Amino acid sequence: MDFLTVSNVHHTYFSKEAATEALQDINLSIRKGEFVSFIGPSGCGKTTLLSIIAGLFEPTLGTVKIEGQDVFGNEELSIGYMLQQDYLFPWKTIEENITLGLKLVKKEKENPSIASKLLKDVGLPPVEKKYPRELSGGMRQRVALARTLAVDPKILLLDEPFSALDYQSKLKLEDLVSEMLKEYNKTAILVTHDIGEAIAMSDRIFLFSPRPGRLYRTFEVPDELRVLTPFEARGHSIYSSLFQLIWKELESLE
Amino acid sequence: MNNNKLHQQFIQSLVREKRWVRFYQLIILIAFFSIWEIASSNRWIDPLIFSSPSKVYSLFIKNISDGTLFTHISYTLFETVLGFIIGTLLGTILAAILWWSPFLSKVLDPYLVILNAMPKVALGPILIVAIGPGLGSIITMGAIISVIISTIVIYTSFKNVDANYLKVLQTFNATRLQMFKEAILPASFPTIISTLKVNVGLSWVGVIVGEFLVSSKGLGYLIIYGFQVFNFNLVLMSLLIIAVFATIMYQLVELLEKKLIKNE
Repeated sequence: MDFLTVSNVHHTYFSKEAATEALQDINLSIRKGEFVSFIGPSGCGKTTLLSIIAGLFEPTLGTVKIEGQDVFGNEELSIGYMLQQDYLFPWKTIEENITLGLKLVKKEKENPSIASKLLKDVGLPPVEKKYPRELSGGMRQRVALARTLAVDPKILLLDEPFSALDYQSKLKLEDLVSEMLKEYNKTAILVTHDIGEAIAMSDRIFLFSPRPGRLYRTFEVPDELRVLTPFEARGHSIYSSLFQLIWKELESLE
Repeated sequence: MNNNKLHQQFIQSLVREKRWVRFYQLIILIAFFSIWEIASSNRWIDPLIFSSPSKVYSLFIKNISDGTLFTHISYTLFETVLGFIIGTLLGTILAAILWWSPFLSKVLDPYLVILNAMPKVALGPILIVAIGPGLGSIITMGAIISVIISTIVIYTSFKNVDANYLKVLQTFNATRLQMFKEAILPASFPTIISTLKVNVGLSWVGVIVGEFLVSSKGLGYLIIYGFQVFNFNLVLMSLLIIAVFATIMYQLVELLEKKLIKNE
């Protein structure tokens, strides 16, 4: 059975000037443990769709279900959401930042040492007592990943989490995220502008067309690439041909 | 190899600069009082109106030794500190209520503007009749003068907290109260502190004006009494004492700032 199903989702933003249709008739489903990417030109509604899947707001029409449960207004469902920037709380220590989610869903007492374990998992030295400003951008995004994983979310939603990083940090973090998701067998959705990143990390790629956002095409990433780490995948010959294919499709949309 | 030495030199230059700053600050202080004293004793300014440091000082000693000054200072200080705390606290609470209910904040918006624009000291006579001439109405003056502007400034800061922090909390299914506690309030501490700094000055104004109107004790009373009996030594002495205590309060707020804002 499908883990996540998006059925007949339409979404329209209303403002004084106009009603803008952001999403039109989106239908898709994702299996458990699958990593998919949403790509498309600006204004294709991919971030809107991600927010709807996160249950941050309700779509104008349609439903999103995870394991048969509605995501909107569901207090039980835990969802991990990573943003373009780390948005660590500057007045909290790294430890407090990581355990923030646990504190809010009141599970903190069960796992007192979870912060140090997660820091190790995301490849950071023990910096629990430091403040975010003392860390570099790449390290902070790792902490944000740890914060997201701390609540053991059912699904991870990644909203261009690597786009604000320098290239080297980005490549390293891609490998880390990919490895950790496999290890924890998490389902994930990545929104990105970067075709290469989408190919290197995903099992499937959904291409959206803009104004209004519609699902335009789905690409299956071949098994040869899926077994590789994102970094290795970037060096594979199939990678370039798939890149060309998606590039042309994307070009034709603009 | 020279890094250590260079660092030492750098620290020394910082120390030297700080010493010079202090030195000139001291010079200005001494110059101010000296010129005041000389100008007064040579009658370049009217000593009856502008007094002189020596006269103020001898009056100060006299009032200290007969114990009256202490009562006046503690009276005024108590009113000011209380007015200041009530004003800021109430302002923060009102701001929180406005943040909680965007609808209410839209409704109340014009009234806040009117209340802010109105000169609060003009409410003095009404307060005195309503609350009675005494401590209560003076503290209320000290608080009322700062509460609306605190509300407006702090509420603006609440609204300007980066929405992405709230998004992070929302994905953790945080309630609105949790959002306020974890993000809105701590993110606004710097603004609240700077409001505190402004309110130090404002509550002194409120309290002194209050004492002008009703009191038979306090520094404001001394000023108005000195004016009535044409004793400007008394007026200037009270003014100087107010300046000293207002500065101390300001420094305390800065101390609080250092404790509260650890991340900068």
